[in-house]
Amino acid sequence: MIEIRNLSKKFDQFTAVDDLSFTVNEGEVLGFLGPNGAGKSTTMKVVTGFLAPSAGSVSIDGHDIGDDPIAAKSLIGYLPEGAPCYGDMTTREFLQFIAEIRGFRGQDRDERVQHVIDEVALETVVNQTIETLSKGFKRRVGLAQAIMHDPKVLILDEPTDGLDPNQKHHVRELIKNLAQDKIVIISTHILEEVSAVCTRAIIIAKGKIVADGTPAELEARSRYHHAISVKLTSDYDLAGDLQGVPGIGAIEPDDSEAQRFFILASDGEPIFAKVQDVAQEKSWPVTEFHVNRGELEDVFRTVTAGGQA
Amino acid sequence: MGNLGIIFRRELMGYFATPLAYVFIVIFLISNGILTFELGGLYIRNQADLQPFFMLHPFLYLFMVPAIAMTLWADERKTGTIELLLTLPIKLSDAVLGKFLAAWALTGIALALTFPIWITVNYLGDPDNGVILAGYIGSWIMAGGFLAVGTCMSACTKNSVIAFILTVAICFLFVIMGPNMFFNVYPAWMPDVLVDAIQSLGFMTHFEWISKGVLDIRDVLFFLVFIAAWLLASAIVVEMKKAS
Repeated sequence: MIEIRNLSKKFDQFTAVDDLSFTVNEGEVLGFLGPNGAGKSTTMKVVTGFLAPSAGSVSIDGHDIGDDPIAAKSLIGYLPEGAPCYGDMTTREFLQFIAEIRGFRGQDRDERVQHVIDEVALETVVNQTIETLSKGFKRRVGLAQAIMHDPKVLILDEPTDGLDPNQKHHVRELIKNLAQDKIVIISTHILEEVSAVCTRAIIIAKGKIVADGTPAELEARSRYHHAISVKLTSDYDLAGDLQGVPGIGAIEPDDSEAQRFFILASDGEPIFAKVQDVAQEKSWPVTEFHVNRGELEDVFRTVTAGGQA
Repeated sequence: MGNLGIIFRRELMGYFATPLAYVFIVIFLISNGILTFELGGLYIRNQADLQPFFMLHPFLYLFMVPAIAMTLWADERKTGTIELLLTLPIKLSDAVLGKFLAAWALTGIALALTFPIWITVNYLGDPDNGVILAGYIGSWIMAGGFLAVGTCMSACTKNSVIAFILTVAICFLFVIMGPNMFFNVYPAWMPDVLVDAIQSLGFMTHFEWISKGVLDIRDVLFFLVFIAAWLLASAIVVEMKKAS
């Protein structure tokens, strides 16, 4: 369990993290979201013991990161932002170094190194120096060192940044597989990633938590939650047909696509059946008709632009 | 092997993984040769000893040692690997000491490779090899002093060139503080007590006798305390500046 209590981090006059408190339990994959400069990376740096907090405390499984840093750090696998590695070492040398620091020796060490090489598919580059690797491979080397000791707590700062879609998928699968009875915290800008791998999401802005819940709960806060998305083949007066139907809110055109409209639910209740009835009755010229789960992006924009969703 | 040893080995391997170690050693040996024979006049003195060789080491170290110290911490911060290193379950002291010892070992290797000069004097005459050994040990310990300053300066900045220049400047002060063959830095009005006090901190004050083969415990202690103090300062600076 990670307990973060009243954590603040100030740099001179600038407050990067402002009185943050939350707890993460085993089995949770926490997505840490926020705009650039919201304090995501700073929070991670404090939690992993790289930076000392200005106030508050962090404890990893009962070990305070300030008072008992070695024990706390032993439990953590950490991929820092940008996945820094020693560029002049080969992949294998680097991973061997990490394995030794993590306490593996001799045969044990080599087995562990081979295991993580297989896990993140680094076999083809084991003898290359890290500085010659592509961005995707570098990121995977960073991941490999983070999971070296099968850590209880995995903290990944933008783990899929710079990866191609296949690699992203691979890394997400990896995180899902690792997540059982572990604590995983990942920071990301990519909202689909949260829906894909996280069991919980925290959105922070200006160093404070502005939203905390499962991805589904957060999606439910979206004004597009339960909204019906329809694509028309020709102009049609949707609003006229729906006038007087209870539970129907505004009708908005989609900015990104012509002839697509959102029919919003006004009181958070499903409106699919009602709208479907009207559509059938009036024979709407539609080619697509589906229910929107709600959009994290919409929630993200609302809560980080100030004020609660 | 503890964490200190693991970090030491990684750092030392790092020097030899790039051309840095080889360039350093080759240039060190060439400069050493030129200084010893041209400036020190090893042959002209007609004495079978290595005093001119050792006497010029402070000036050789002045430029060579900061070159290997400058990247020690500056590069860690520049590339961000410091975040990786310091979130591993290691003590800060292991990291600072491991890096320092690796760089010190490299200077030791370079120094040891000057052995042909020792063979030469043995071939030409009958030197006191105890004196020469004492000179080597003393010279290596003094190199550690230069290196400790460099470690600290490297921790102060992300820019290794700045670290180099600062190290040279500070080491230069410590070199000229003591008696030296080139110039007198103390103005006449300065009271002798003060001059003595400042001089006692100079490298040459302590190295002069070492270069003659007198390995006085007090001189050795001076350099060891000097190293410890700068390394302690390095650890404090690393801790303070790692965020930026």
